[in-house]
Amino acid sequence: MNAPTGSIASYNFAYLDEQTKRMIRRAILKAIAIPGYQVPFASREMPMPYGWGTGGVQVTAAIIGPDDVLKVIDQGADDTTNAVSIRAFFQKVANVAVTTRTDEATIIQTRHRIPEQPLRAGQTLVYQVPIPEPLRFLEPRETETRLMHALEEYGLMHVKLYEDIATHGRIATTYAYPVKVEGRYVMDPSPTPKFDNPKMHMSPALQLFGAGREKRIYALPPFTQVESLDFDDHPFTVQTFDKPCALCGAEGVYLDEVILDDCGGHMFVCSDTDHCESRQGDGYHGQQEETFR
Amino acid sequence: MYVAVKGGEAAIRNAHRLLADRRRGDPAVPALHVSQIVEQLALGVDRVMAEGALYDRDLAGLALMQARGDMIEAIFLVRAYRTTLPRFGYSRPVDTGAMQIERRVSATFKDLPGGQVLGPTFDYTHRLLEPELAEGATPLEPERREVAAEASPRVTDLLGHDGLIEPDGVGNGEVTDITRTPMEFPLPRDSRLQALSRGDEGFLLALAYSTQRGYARSHPFVGEIRIGEVEIELDVPELPFPAPLGRVRLTECQMVNQFKGSAKAPPQFTRGYGLVFGQSERKAMAMALCDRALRAAEFGEDIVAPAQDEEFVISHSDNVQATGFVEHLKLPHYVDFQAELDLVRRMRAEQKDATDIKEAAE
Amino acid sequence: MNAATTALEGGFSDPVFDAQATFRAVMDAMAEPGTRRQVKAGATPPAPLSPTAGALALTLCDQDTSIWLDASLSTEVVIEWLRYQTGATIVDDPAQARFAFVADPSSMPRLDAFAEGSQDYPDRSTTLVLIVEALDSGEPLLLEGPGIERRANLAPTALPVDFRSQWLENGARFPRGVDLVFAARRELACLPRTTRILEPAEA
Repeated sequence: MNAPTGSIASYNFAYLDEQTKRMIRRAILKAIAIPGYQVPFASREMPMPYGWGTGGVQVTAAIIGPDDVLKVIDQGADDTTNAVSIRAFFQKVANVAVTTRTDEATIIQTRHRIPEQPLRAGQTLVYQVPIPEPLRFLEPRETETRLMHALEEYGLMHVKLYEDIATHGRIATTYAYPVKVEGRYVMDPSPTPKFDNPKMHMSPALQLFGAGREKRIYALPPFTQVESLDFDDHPFTVQTFDKPCALCGAEGVYLDEVILDDCGGHMFVCSDTDHCESRQGDGYHGQQEETFR
Repeated sequence: MYVAVKGGEAAIRNAHRLLADRRRGDPAVPALHVSQIVEQLALGVDRVMAEGALYDRDLAGLALMQARGDMIEAIFLVRAYRTTLPRFGYSRPVDTGAMQIERRVSATFKDLPGGQVLGPTFDYTHRLLEPELAEGATPLEPERREVAAEASPRVTDLLGHDGLIEPDGVGNGEVTDITRTPMEFPLPRDSRLQALSRGDEGFLLALAYSTQRGYARSHPFVGEIRIGEVEIELDVPELPFPAPLGRVRLTECQMVNQFKGSAKAPPQFTRGYGLVFGQSERKAMAMALCDRALRAAEFGEDIVAPAQDEEFVISHSDNVQATGFVEHLKLPHYVDFQAELDLVRRMRAEQKDATDIKEAAE
Repeated sequence: MNAATTALEGGFSDPVFDAQATFRAVMDAMAEPGTRRQVKAGATPPAPLSPTAGALALTLCDQDTSIWLDASLSTEVVIEWLRYQTGATIVDDPAQARFAFVADPSSMPRLDAFAEGSQDYPDRSTTLVLIVEALDSGEPLLLEGPGIERRANLAPTALPVDFRSQWLENGARFPRGVDLVFAARRELACLPRTTRILEPAEA
């Protein structure tokens, strides 16, 4: 009704038509009201493939306005090709300001990472989610997993984690590590490394999750309890790295491994490029030269 | 000195320029025009319309051209455009009984009112390559005949008069719309048929084939396949009669399947239904076989085969979804892989330590 | 002016951006219960539907949603305005409504008369838009729950006398339950089903 008419090339602000935005907005409100519960929504085909962030893009398109500043990251980096492509999409269809600085952004759309810099109140983190159902790899049927959530029947998940311990001596899930929200819903945090799980707990930012192909939206309001599943004798721990970032010297951050040659030479650098560059700008240095000696 | 990889934007821009160049191919060869695709690769255009779920031959032709002939890419382009279109309303159900028939065959009756019409079919062509086609041979004028005055009622309607086949489903006047409401299993049959109608031809073909090989056998007979144009009509509140919107070409397949009956109800044949935009018998037949297989629960049949499993079939029949998710694996996954790499390294180191200690003790 | 002509007026002057701004206000308010968010977008619906409630209807309701109206809102002009401006269906049964608009909260049906969703689809519940005079001059409510760092305060006017006990019952149905939006003059606040109202003694 409000969509511009005329040539094929004219699209509404933020691409989606207003009716679609209303449908997504209604789903977002219910998702916020029931933290961790996956709200079905009539996901639309988007001009990028399913599995490439269509859920996140639909959520961002439904909430974004002219005053927003958008940051898009993939693997923690602003300059990975899919992040570049999604950022360019919103610049084109919504003409919004974009940034690579975490602290300048009002909306951050992400795939696979949560920024290192703690988020603040008023920011919204939008996750791209491939498989929203944390129980999916244990039970492929939606009809079954929906029942499990309804009955709060999560024994299967604990059995799976316990089998890990029996086989590997530890919980062998390293990413998409399941969490429990406010003591009720078991939720998939999207394929972020478990390193990022603690950042979800009591975050001042609003966290929205969009799964386009699977047609689900879910949410964590700010200041929401998010506990990673574990056992008393095998408490949840995050990954640690033996060395700091080779470029900025940061410790306690998530690192990417970069292969330097074919003789086993490698180094570790920040996965969060904005965090790394900010630190380097502030005069921090890593041990890069020593790596080469 | 390691410098982080930059320049994603330039790389994307250059890749797309190269794509445009490769799409055009050798500039010495004349460029295609969309009308050539629409006219001469019409069945490809039909498939793009059917699985793209948008009846527009020119757009489907453009999509095929833009996609360099990649069917699923072209279907995706059409879907992504379709989703931006406003919804004006829902047409009246089309009357395929009143179809202007271009082809109509029945495998169940040798002759029937309206007759059998072979139409433009590959059937009975000898699959020999025709070099004269490459040389631009002009085809002969087709033979034409007077439009049959006789009506061509659907075979299933003929069987229905005698109660030999189960009655067709009765609608409640409300149409579900799988593009507007998220699917919830188990699906009503109209949702299921919508999903099948735009499902991937190859996937449905393989499933249909599996039912013939014993994975949920349904003893199918092609009651009828008909191809032709039907009128689309819309009820407009201000008008006393339905407004005609135009005509679309459809392929309809009515499969007549193994009978059902009980001590109380006399036996009747059962139905499987296929309806697809454009001319696509293979798709319509595969759809009809899958529809029948998916009705297993309705008839109290044991669900033992993949083709009968609604959640499995419908969740995986959409090739735009499937291709996106399979192909997303080529996106960067460094962060997750790093997590797995770290875990495997640690577990290997621990195992080595344990072995070393054991060996030292021995 | 008759209902038919009134219905044509009072919509958003800028449908795309007014709806976006209104949605962000209600989204932020739902995410941080008790906080008051400004609604600047100008909807001018026929009374007693308020401009804020009208803006919410334009932002969230359309052909795919059903609306229930309380007795004071069930006038021809209000119904025609909502129908024309949003395309929504007006329903008589509060349990069938996706949205309920209430101009007189003190005498509205009990919360359990509205759709509470099901255990497997708790999202299929009614969102109630309660039109109130103010958000800070009614009975003070002390809140805690998701979206609230420690405690939050809200004091909407004209709530039903037994609102606290009704809200306690609503919370006990979790994950089922209704969610509330308080629409005041040019501002709103929300109570999602997860928010707990503390007893004065707990403060």
